[in-house]
Amino acid sequence: MEFPILSLMLAVPLVAAIACLFLNAPAARMVALFATLIDLALGILLWLNYDIGGAQWQFTERAQLFAGFQYALGIDGIALMLIMLSVFLMPICILASWDSITKRVGEYMAAFLLMEVLMIGVFAAQDLFLFYIFFEAGLIPMYLIIGVWGGDNRIYASYKFFLYTLLGSVLMLIAMLWMVDEAGTSDIPTLMQYNFPVGAQLWLWLAFFASFAVKMPMWPVHTWLPDAHVQAPTAGSVILAGVLLKLGGYGFIRFSLPMFPDASADLAWLVFALSMVAVIYTSLVALVQQDMKKLIAYSSVAHMAIVTVGLFAFNVQGLEGAMMVMLGHGLVSGALFLCVGVIYDRLHTREIARYGGLSINMPKYALFFLLFTMASVGLPGTSNFVGEFLALAGIYEVSTFVTLVCTTGIILGAAYMLYLYRRVAFGEQKNADAAAMTDLNAREWAMLAPIAAAVLWMGVYPESFLAPMRQDIAALETRLASVAPRYDSALDEGTPRATAANYVEYEGHEEGEH
Amino acid sequence: MSYATSLYLTGAEIGLSVTGLVLLLATAFMGEKAARGITIAAVAALFGALFFNLSLFDGGAAGVAFGGLFLADGFAVFAKSLIYLATIACLIVAPRYFDGRAEYRGEYPVLMLFNAVGMGMMVSATDLMTLYIGLEMSSLSSYVLASFARRNEKSSEAGLKYFVLGGLASGIILYGVSLVYGFSGTTSYDGIRAAFTADFSTGAMFGVVFVLAGVAFKIAAVPFHMWTPDVYEGAPTPVTAFFASAPKVAAVAMLVRLATGPFGGQVEAWQQIVIFAALASIVVGALGAIGQQNLKRLLAYSSINNVGFILIGLAAAAPAGISGVMVYLSIYVFMTIGSFVALLMLRDAEGNALATFDDISGLSTTSPALAWCLLALMFSLAGIPPLFGFWGKFVVFQAAVQADMIALAAIGIAASVIGAFYYIKFIKVMFFDEPKGAAPAKAPVSHWVVLALCVAVISPLGYLLTPWLGNLADAAAQALFYTA
Repeated sequence: MEFPILSLMLAVPLVAAIACLFLNAPAARMVALFATLIDLALGILLWLNYDIGGAQWQFTERAQLFAGFQYALGIDGIALMLIMLSVFLMPICILASWDSITKRVGEYMAAFLLMEVLMIGVFAAQDLFLFYIFFEAGLIPMYLIIGVWGGDNRIYASYKFFLYTLLGSVLMLIAMLWMVDEAGTSDIPTLMQYNFPVGAQLWLWLAFFASFAVKMPMWPVHTWLPDAHVQAPTAGSVILAGVLLKLGGYGFIRFSLPMFPDASADLAWLVFALSMVAVIYTSLVALVQQDMKKLIAYSSVAHMAIVTVGLFAFNVQGLEGAMMVMLGHGLVSGALFLCVGVIYDRLHTREIARYGGLSINMPKYALFFLLFTMASVGLPGTSNFVGEFLALAGIYEVSTFVTLVCTTGIILGAAYMLYLYRRVAFGEQKNADAAAMTDLNAREWAMLAPIAAAVLWMGVYPESFLAPMRQDIAALETRLASVAPRYDSALDEGTPRATAANYVEYEGHEEGEH
Repeated sequence: MSYATSLYLTGAEIGLSVTGLVLLLATAFMGEKAARGITIAAVAALFGALFFNLSLFDGGAAGVAFGGLFLADGFAVFAKSLIYLATIACLIVAPRYFDGRAEYRGEYPVLMLFNAVGMGMMVSATDLMTLYIGLEMSSLSSYVLASFARRNEKSSEAGLKYFVLGGLASGIILYGVSLVYGFSGTTSYDGIRAAFTADFSTGAMFGVVFVLAGVAFKIAAVPFHMWTPDVYEGAPTPVTAFFASAPKVAAVAMLVRLATGPFGGQVEAWQQIVIFAALASIVVGALGAIGQQNLKRLLAYSSINNVGFILIGLAAAAPAGISGVMVYLSIYVFMTIGSFVALLMLRDAEGNALATFDDISGLSTTSPALAWCLLALMFSLAGIPPLFGFWGKFVVFQAAVQADMIALAAIGIAASVIGAFYYIKFIKVMFFDEPKGAAPAKAPVSHWVVLALCVAVISPLGYLLTPWLGNLADAAAQALFYTA
């Protein structure tokens, strides 16, 4: 029996979460930071021991603990990368809450650690129902994080978050019950190879889509996201944008595509249509926001639309691009929320107009903010460029029109991000209190510098991140090959004419007849 | 079947009846001072009945007593164990609750004992006459218990309402029973089944519908639920906890046995009724709770809502569905007793109940342990994993899907989201709002013990029980379908 490293990664934050409930504020902070760092170390160990090109499912654990489903864990490259993202962001979230959370610190840290357990569990679960339990359980800590430690309108936002996502996922449960009844197993790797009847796939796909589209979030069910983001405390927004939104994409890549390939192909038009609307519409909405967090929240919706488009391109570039956008966006939007948090902690407002000229009094901050802004725009050399380029290259092989619309969205993305940066960092120092803010302290350095390094690493040498996923994405492409759509701009191969172009039809006169 | 075997199989009921009679005499002679001792004796008797009952299960085979009037099979053992457990829990918390009001009397445990006997008869009955006697025995003691706080107007009102409407329901059942008897010529379950399989006339159909309507009243399923909020609100809280748990288990078990036994050949005759009652209960229970300010009324609607989910399992009309019903009932008993015990612990220093949302706002700062227990209970009632309440919903919906009732499952689960709204409102009030009223006073240890046990079961640890619980429930369901 192998060393159960995945179970250990679940157990460490769980134990720490229970401990935090009983500790005073300083002790709870230390325990939480320590536990998340241990998990990060375990995550690095996991990555180092992951055998690229080896078995598809590694570090598998099976235990028959429950009736009706199994305690089954295991990861492939895709799950590995998303787990890495989660464990990397968690210590940063704890640091981000170090000073800004002052009431009920123990409970706060417990909620975050519980969140970490559930996120790792979602990506590592190999049993359909175990996955559902982890997936759905995330609602509880997030509801508390938004509701207890959120902003002024937190109650509305927490209700909306909870009920929206719950309604999305209950129908998925019915679909799962049907699938398990039909296939006779709840083992995810087996189900990924199971061919469900084509007629049923449509309904199953729609039930899963209801859940993942809300999580993703896709237009028009994205409206919970700006509310939740704006009202959540900084670290809550980081986790929401960084990891929770990835659950939707992970769901598509793990369930919808491999389990229902025919339905995915039949309904790709729906995904494309919703994504195109999302890219253009939410980008335009982001352009007119007065609230920094809301702006970044809308930009998340636009970025996630690139992910869905890439996923439904059904080719290697599209799928790899979608994964890279997810990872890159996890880092960059998380970092942008942290940047907002840094100045929010000082001035307690998210209104863009209250700031200005921060590059004068906070040059180091402005530099980090600039880097993450550029990364969000997709500048070459940063993480998002790799993903967006690959995703768009993938979709170009399917539909030039969709590519045209989505690329326009990227231009709009540059517009709203640069406009935001100009208003916050450049220009005059309009407000005395904003001008008096101090630059980054050591704790904030420790939060932002690792993300900046990761963003550049991913932008300059994406191979480190693509290599573990390559085999799994190739397997997925093989699974989808039979239903992959045809290139819409492919030239029609006509039938050659029977005769040469300069052939003149013989009129029936014999030579010299007249 | 020898007389000795009959007595042996009904041992739990006989033991409880004798203890009840003896304790009644003791109360009459020793007065109120002995109330506490009598409660302890009653709890001991119930534990005895519980263990005796479990020992019957080891045999596995069904035993018929008194010439087919009474059946001790796996199903009855399962349901009775739950009933006794719930009664014990409700007895343990009662004395300290009534302490401050000088209302506690020895009759309380005695009535609970007779109630338990009646409930045991209900689930073991294989004859309409046994059924009716068990039902009345349980109901009559319930009416008295509802108005046990005699000096309290609401409690008296609850007792009277319960009595009038309960009497009406008993009448409806009795009318149905007479029709069934008239068209089948027998009151025995097996006989009715055989007669109905041979010839199922419209008149017999009326009989079935009347019986089901009366039972729907007892389990508080829509559209016969109107009495529930008033009775639950008015009755003393330990009594409410009892009403929401043990008698509900007994009535559901009785309904299940009726539906699969005597009416088991006519599934299509009752299936539509059950489906309607299930969906209506889920929706009405959820919508009705939204506007409530009083916590007990809210939990009353929640119990209506839960009955809807239980009926979904019955609607599947298959062993898996019945097994799901039994699992759901087991989890439901822990959730509902836990919630009501938490409510009765919510009292200020003068002993006044903190009965509304305003009273418990900010509870997480004034009494964190209680607030966290309630949080777990509410999320569990809402069916959010990883709490154990999810598993109950899971098994009944699984049964519905396996029976190809996908539309029912989809509508039911979508409606459960409406229910989630008021459960999370509960949590919002406790955790997000600032404290307004007084902090709750210290609760007695006995209450904490019961609450902690319930919360431990509905916590994620409960999933470790699933293989064991699943096997027991499967065995119970198999017992019903053995003859089918």
